[in-house]
Amino acid sequence: MSTATTTHTPVARRDQPPMLVAGPVAWARANLFGSIWSSLVTLALAYFLIKSAVSFIDWAFLKSVWTVPMDPATGKLDPETCRAAKGTGACWAVIWDKYRFILFGRYPFDEQWRAAIVIVLFLGLFVVSAMRRFWRKELALIWIATLSAIGLLMWGGVFGLKYVPQDEWGGLPITLILSTFGLAFAFPIAVLVALGRRSTKLPAVKLLCVVYIEVIRGVPLISVLFMASVMFPLFMPIGLNPDKLLRAQVAIILFAAVYLAEVIRGGLQALPKGQYEAADALGLSYWKKTFLIILPQALRLVIPPLVNTFIGFFKDTSLVLIIGIFDLLTSGKVAVTDPIWQAFSTEVYIMLGLIYFCFCFSMARYSRGLENEFSKSARR
Amino acid sequence: MSSTSIDPRMTGARKAPGKGLTLRWSDPRFRAILWQVVIVGLIVAGIWYLASNTANNLQQRRIATGFGFLDRAAGIPIGEHLIPYDPSINTYGRAFLVGVLNTLMVTVIGVFLVSILGTVIGIASLANNWLLSRLCRAFVETMRDVPLLLHLLFWYALLLTLPAVRDALSLMPAVFLSNSGLKIPLLIWEPAHSAALLGLAAGATATWLAARRATGIQQATGLRPKVWPIALAGLLVLPALIWAVMGAPFALEVPVKGRFRFDGGANISSEFMALMIGLVLYHSAYAAEIVRSGIQSVVTGQWEAGGALGLKRGTMLRQIVLPQALRVIIPPMTSTYLGVAKNSSLAVAIGYPDLVSIVNTTLNQTGQAIEGIALIMGVYLSISLSISLFMNWYNTRMALVER
Repeated sequence: MSTATTTHTPVARRDQPPMLVAGPVAWARANLFGSIWSSLVTLALAYFLIKSAVSFIDWAFLKSVWTVPMDPATGKLDPETCRAAKGTGACWAVIWDKYRFILFGRYPFDEQWRAAIVIVLFLGLFVVSAMRRFWRKELALIWIATLSAIGLLMWGGVFGLKYVPQDEWGGLPITLILSTFGLAFAFPIAVLVALGRRSTKLPAVKLLCVVYIEVIRGVPLISVLFMASVMFPLFMPIGLNPDKLLRAQVAIILFAAVYLAEVIRGGLQALPKGQYEAADALGLSYWKKTFLIILPQALRLVIPPLVNTFIGFFKDTSLVLIIGIFDLLTSGKVAVTDPIWQAFSTEVYIMLGLIYFCFCFSMARYSRGLENEFSKSARR
Repeated sequence: MSSTSIDPRMTGARKAPGKGLTLRWSDPRFRAILWQVVIVGLIVAGIWYLASNTANNLQQRRIATGFGFLDRAAGIPIGEHLIPYDPSINTYGRAFLVGVLNTLMVTVIGVFLVSILGTVIGIASLANNWLLSRLCRAFVETMRDVPLLLHLLFWYALLLTLPAVRDALSLMPAVFLSNSGLKIPLLIWEPAHSAALLGLAAGATATWLAARRATGIQQATGLRPKVWPIALAGLLVLPALIWAVMGAPFALEVPVKGRFRFDGGANISSEFMALMIGLVLYHSAYAAEIVRSGIQSVVTGQWEAGGALGLKRGTMLRQIVLPQALRVIIPPMTSTYLGVAKNSSLAVAIGYPDLVSIVNTTLNQTGQAIEGIALIMGVYLSISLSISLFMNWYNTRMALVER
């Protein structure tokens, strides 16, 4: 009897050809053609996918126009070939012609290398901040140093660099400045507001923080930006009129601080009570307790949601288009108001979408990887 | 035995020293009060300073204050209005109301579509079919990693490249798509339609009651009486019967293509379509992620228990998993709905006359920025508050099911 049962399994395995147990065919049978419905869905989706992929490749690569000739008489580009291809092929010549304007806006053409270095500095700052090796107090110094270098490069006026006023800045640097400076300045405010909202001994401060958070969270960013652009000048003493970019930056900081504060509050609440009690037992003062014991642990916990909030701001800075500030999206939109390129906005928007996508997608992947790592170490 | 055996801690004889407030730096309560006075004082002083600046500025620039402008004739042409509106006679107040209604309409339709699309994609991204799940994940990633404003501009630009009215695409008989929007036939409303609608409402109520009764009987006896005959009768037969008895009127106002514009029919403008497409695609990506993680948060044992009872996968999803997942889904879904309401304000970028766009025109004409922004903020705060309150009520209702 026992021999019969022991030999049963191998025989059954031998019955089935190995192709149907493992390998790509078995995988496809399990994951694509598991049932009749699944097979139908697979076939329909595959048909739809292949068809749209073919027509997209046709539009974007095969029938597209990459460059257009220059009209020798006027010295302007002649978009005739693009117009002929309209509807069947993409006109990438608009990108070729306008890419510097889209990336750097109205920054003086000869000085645009400075704006390019600024973009590289921002990327470097993000990469360094993403490395856990650098999660120390010195990171704050790196941020201060990089952000000052960025300000220096953008403004110029020293070391033989030409001075460039703020209304000539534009493009990707503005998007990066608004979001990154926004985060850097909103962060300390957010920490204080989050602490204030959790305070038990200062009811008046707590009330102020709650009102601030709830009001800003209840209104759209666009209304705060409108406030900065039309109401802020009324608040200032007569004669003092801060620059438009600065006003928008202040609005974004005040807006971002609220969302960051809620994220930080989440971290403060997630910390076990024992940490607070242990710090009290050691006789530490409130500020020592907060800055030596609580915040270092709480902030580490909330890094993944902080990155997600930052992705949100990165996208939301595009709203400054509505109050007329020259960020990446605005310069893309202005680029296609050029009479030659008016009909080819789709191509420009696709390129802008790709730029935003690259930034957001890589940050999102990073945040997710970090989250998985944290949950692994928490489970251990 | 003697009084010394009583624990002195119990008697209250050992009071903590210094209960009263002392005016010294070493007293934490004194410090707390002092800090609060300083902080509140600073904020009040700051507000006072800004307010006095504002008063000065307003006086110098001769800008009126107060909400009197709401009673003046507006003169803002508004393309889309749910209530009758004529720029030459109607006031700013009326224009404001038109904007509020447009914002509310976009929010309600947006929330509805986002819920449906988000749920479908969220569930589909967990399907066993590899191609389907991958496609849904790819949709979520591409849609949410692009700014909403870019979505709106892109879809609006795409809709504007459609042919002009003269060469409008005819999707179906009497349905035309052109660069000025989508034209659909309009049903000429008769009393019979209202009556049929009433019949439908009555039928829906009857179906709901029958379903409730059926659930009650099922819980008591284990057998569920059939509900579908009542549903069929109430939702289909009754309204159709009323409609037929009242003469079965059915007349359409068909749009007729002219050289530059259509005559008759109802129009869905390009602005509205672009706003809806952008809002729904962007937010349903977030909603899909919420639904997906909500379903994944239900432990596998629940699926296995359902399978052991011999339930089908669809039944398990509807009857066992989704009710439990909803508790995880509702709170983040509330913030997505709030996001739809707040982000509908981006309509101003593509020229859809929502609240922000109309108030923006108003404050450009009157110069009364403070009142205008106060109006915008007030309306959005009330919308946010109502959505939060409703969703909290729904959340507590769903949470109670647990017991």
